[in-house]
Amino acid sequence: MNTIEKRVQDIKEDLDFFDDELQKYEYIIDLGKKLPELEEKHKVPENIVHGCTSQVWLIVEKKDDKLYFKGTSDAVIVKGLVYIILNIFSDSSIEELREVDMDIVYELGLSEVITPNRQSGVIGMIKKIKEYALSIN
Amino acid sequence: MFKKDFPYFSNSDIVYLDNAATTQKPKEVISSQVEYYEKYCANTHRSSFGDANKATLNYENARKTLQEFINAKSKEQIIFTKGVTESINFIASSYAKKFKTVIISSLEHHSNIVPWHMQGRTLGDGLEVVSCNENLDFDFVDFENILKANPNSFVSVTHISNAFGKIHDIKAIIKLAHKYNSVVMIDGAQSLAHMSVDMQELDVDFFAISAHKTFGPTGVGAIYIKEKYLKEVEPYQTGGATIDQVDFSSSTMLDAPYKFEAGTQNIAGVIGFAKALDYISEVGYDVIMKQEHEVYEYLTEQLSKLPNIIFYNNLEDSIGSKSFNFKNIMHDDIGILLDKMKIALRVGHHCAQPIMKQLNIKGTIRVSIAFYNTKEDVDKLITALKKALDMLS
Repeated sequence: MNTIEKRVQDIKEDLDFFDDELQKYEYIIDLGKKLPELEEKHKVPENIVHGCTSQVWLIVEKKDDKLYFKGTSDAVIVKGLVYIILNIFSDSSIEELREVDMDIVYELGLSEVITPNRQSGVIGMIKKIKEYALSIN
Repeated sequence: MFKKDFPYFSNSDIVYLDNAATTQKPKEVISSQVEYYEKYCANTHRSSFGDANKATLNYENARKTLQEFINAKSKEQIIFTKGVTESINFIASSYAKKFKTVIISSLEHHSNIVPWHMQGRTLGDGLEVVSCNENLDFDFVDFENILKANPNSFVSVTHISNAFGKIHDIKAIIKLAHKYNSVVMIDGAQSLAHMSVDMQELDVDFFAISAHKTFGPTGVGAIYIKEKYLKEVEPYQTGGATIDQVDFSSSTMLDAPYKFEAGTQNIAGVIGFAKALDYISEVGYDVIMKQEHEVYEYLTEQLSKLPNIIFYNNLEDSIGSKSFNFKNIMHDDIGILLDKMKIALRVGHHCAQPIMKQLNIKGTIRVSIAFYNTKEDVDKLITALKKALDMLS
């Protein structure tokens, strides 16, 4: 199991802990509150993740052979999802990010929130993360 | 007390408050469609064996039902389409194409904006938009100024706004437009579920109707065309069932309505739609309006008690939908949490991005009711909203 898959498993276990759906969302909201603020200068159109009803901004930094992501959203639940996604993908090798399978989002068991219909931005974020990895030489 | 007529409510414990998107269907509507497929499934207007005749008869009776329902002069004025969007696209791409200017309102949803853009009309260049004030009232002064500058235009406005439930005074709009020799199409997507419409009284030229927002099946709608335009409107698609004579050098068309209904129609859907109209007639608009008004008033009263709620228009000149936000809370967050609490409503821009931009918001929370909704539904909504607000604050 690679690092990304391991992190997905860990988060899935955390989420599965809640029998009650609302408690699960309460937990996600709390995660959103833990998300570090993204500096205002990064909240510019070029950092917006497309395909989201709620606004999501995402930036990338490269250190050595690894990519680090920062992001935020204007919606609280989406902010929690941003926290989860950053936790999964940040501090990963470019090579590993290039191989990310989009189905990874369904493994989290949040498919109702992250379907393209809901456009909560999670799929868009992962796409963008993958695009970053593919565009870096 | 009406929910028992709708099988959905026996099978679901959801509080359904998304009626502006689609309504639930009474059992007669569902069973009439099943009956068509199970007992006399055949094509209409072509074959002449027994089942085909029955299908044709029921299909044409549905046209008659809709004609009488909206008080059109003749059944030839009723053209079945697959919905309001197709009705508008049909008239936009055939009859309205020749007009130099098309006038719409600020409250239109995308179905009555994008078809005009597709014709290459842009704001101020073939397309004019009547503004609205901060209460979302249609600005008649602005409208008259646009008409004065652009007489002989094609006016296309919504009756009841999809996103806010705001009612336009379409009778006054039609009258004023006619004064300036303009032709009027009304988008009646949200009308028939809430109130009766009378084509002759309104003196409207075109009126787009949705079945699925009127307790009928999805994929069905109609466009009413005033008699004097029936010959002027060109079919925008042709083929089977629309022609009189065809050889390789030319074709001649049938008269309306057949020349406008190319291909095999949604026969079961049309038959089901007529059943929905029969159902409405049986219940009666007076009962529907009274019931809905009571719930709507109660909803308004209860919502108004919630802290930091923002409405965008006076609620007394709206019907069906209530659209709102809470200060510093994203509508998306509310939508996700209400879904988990089994409340079905819509959050977002409701296919009306331009008015959202004008209001400087990304969207709203929209509660849209039908006459089968109850005060108990409202109570459950309010409890869920309070819980969601508590979680998000």
